[in-house]
Amino acid sequence: MLVSVPVFASADGPMTGLVRLTGVTRHFDPSPRGPGRILARPRPAPLTAVADVSLSIPEGTVYGLVGESGSGKSTLGRLVAGLLAPSSGRIEVAGRDPQGANAAAIGIQMIFQDPAASLNPRWRVGDIVTEPVAARGRVPRGLAERLLVQVGLDPADRGKFPRAFSGGQQQRIAIARALSANPRLVICDEPTSALDVSVQAQVLNLISDLRRDLGLTCLFISHDLAVIRHMADRVGVLYQGRLVEEAAAGTLFAAPRHPYTRMLLDAVPRLDGGGGRAGLRAGDIPDAVPAPTGCVFHPRCRVAVARCASERPALRAAACGRVACHLA
Amino acid sequence: MMGRAADGAIGRGQSLARTPRALLSLGVLAGLVLAAIGAPLLAPHDPFDPATLDLMNGFTAPMTHNPYTGDLFWLGADDQGRDVFSAILFGLRISLFVGMSAVALAAMLGVSLGLLAGYLGGWVDGLTMRAADVQLTFPAILVAMLIFGVAKGITPVAYRDEMAIWVLILAIGLSDWVPFARVVRGAAMVEASRDYVLAARLSGRSGPAIMLRHILPNVLSPVLVIATIGLAQAIVTEATLSFLGIGAPPTQPSLGTLIRTGQSYLFSGEWWILAFPAATLLALALAVNLLGDWLRDRLNPVLQ
Repeated sequence: MLVSVPVFASADGPMTGLVRLTGVTRHFDPSPRGPGRILARPRPAPLTAVADVSLSIPEGTVYGLVGESGSGKSTLGRLVAGLLAPSSGRIEVAGRDPQGANAAAIGIQMIFQDPAASLNPRWRVGDIVTEPVAARGRVPRGLAERLLVQVGLDPADRGKFPRAFSGGQQQRIAIARALSANPRLVICDEPTSALDVSVQAQVLNLISDLRRDLGLTCLFISHDLAVIRHMADRVGVLYQGRLVEEAAAGTLFAAPRHPYTRMLLDAVPRLDGGGGRAGLRAGDIPDAVPAPTGCVFHPRCRVAVARCASERPALRAAACGRVACHLA
Repeated sequence: MMGRAADGAIGRGQSLARTPRALLSLGVLAGLVLAAIGAPLLAPHDPFDPATLDLMNGFTAPMTHNPYTGDLFWLGADDQGRDVFSAILFGLRISLFVGMSAVALAAMLGVSLGLLAGYLGGWVDGLTMRAADVQLTFPAILVAMLIFGVAKGITPVAYRDEMAIWVLILAIGLSDWVPFARVVRGAAMVEASRDYVLAARLSGRSGPAIMLRHILPNVLSPVLVIATIGLAQAIVTEATLSFLGIGAPPTQPSLGTLIRTGQSYLFSGEWWILAFPAATLLALALAVNLLGDWLRDRLNPVLQ
């Protein structure tokens, strides 16, 4: 699966790749909308979902983005898809800003977590899978059937409505829709989290086969380390909106450098009864508002020292990747 | 059906065949609509052709032969010797036409504004919904009277009677869009946050295309319910306006106009001039309302 290991010109300035993010930050304002906004006291601080993320995805590779709930994975996916605007920083896909009509012109498609919600319940499957083509012009005859066969469904299913299908089949329909656009970049946002374990593998294999056959670039978002390990060439670990470590998949899983990555890997339950112990310092994920000073991970870190609480570690080049830790 | 006690509970959300009340309403409504459509064929007299009227027939009681002319009127004749049954058939036409057109106008306006407000949000939403709030603080009938008055004021005198029906439709339609807009806005906000809308955006669909092709089909079922109940309301509003003398003109009498004419004779004993148009209006409004109730239960997934 290892296609290539991109070489970075510098630690924080990715230079090549189909997708390039430079210092991307996205805030959400939790204060009430409308006139109530003026009266709200105290004004809540903005929530920073994604903070200063720079990364690059070379064409034809899979970038795995891993992190726990609320780490900003999905926000980052939506930013790359152009569905959200960054508060600051620059996003380029194929050299263009993906926002607005550009996403379709570049060929960005997304596969969502909940397949039922990503298919319009009032549309027939044949119309759903050909929508990206229909939005541009005429749909060639037989296209819907070809797409359905490509994802392992019966071409006769084109006249049915999405509710007639199981979760796995619905996700296949969503994949067929993404393919019909001849995409250059497919963003998979937890595509298997809503599926039964038995179906997960089928859908993952389908994505992985199609990706290889069609040479697609893929941003693969998941909280499931096993899935990321199976799919990704390169993995970025997101914690509270910040990229804390990034490395080739093999390197990251064999020799994690950031304490948070180590914690994640330790937390994976193993069949022999080991694992499953994250070795956390007491406490849950601290509130993202306000963000901790210094290293975002220091309140939970086992090895944190005084410097971690005061000084934010930069994402610097390390063997085969980048890591943001004073001690790594 | 499990018997009378369980009738109401069991009937909820059931198919039409298993709810006698809804079936009866549909039958009554279908009968009235057919009667309205076929009025020129069904009516024994043409109530609007003065040449066929005989003043000697005035105040003939129902089902009796007029002592002078020997003519028989099923539902009696009014002061001008006009056949009440024929007048009701033609009045039903006007009432149904005005009611349906007004609801269509209100639905079109309300659904469009609700879709825009729900999908675009922001100031469009704020402006639309505040306008809806302001309008809701006045009774619909007052708003309709206001619009009717203004519209009539700017219509040239020569066209006033001709235009009265259209002005009436406009007045009722404009006063009745709020429930449509509110329901559609809420439903559109829910739909707009779903992933299939994001997928459509990534497919290069424009905002209007997403609103019309994706969101609209998913917000239409409540619209159907509001439109049905709104139809009964619009018919009654029209009748009220006509009763007050500011609706359908006497040259194109609706049920409301007939009731207005009839009420002056109630105390002198000619009850039929008022009673039959009023009973028809009651049957029409009740049938539409009951059908709307059934439709609401039927389309409510909780009761399925």
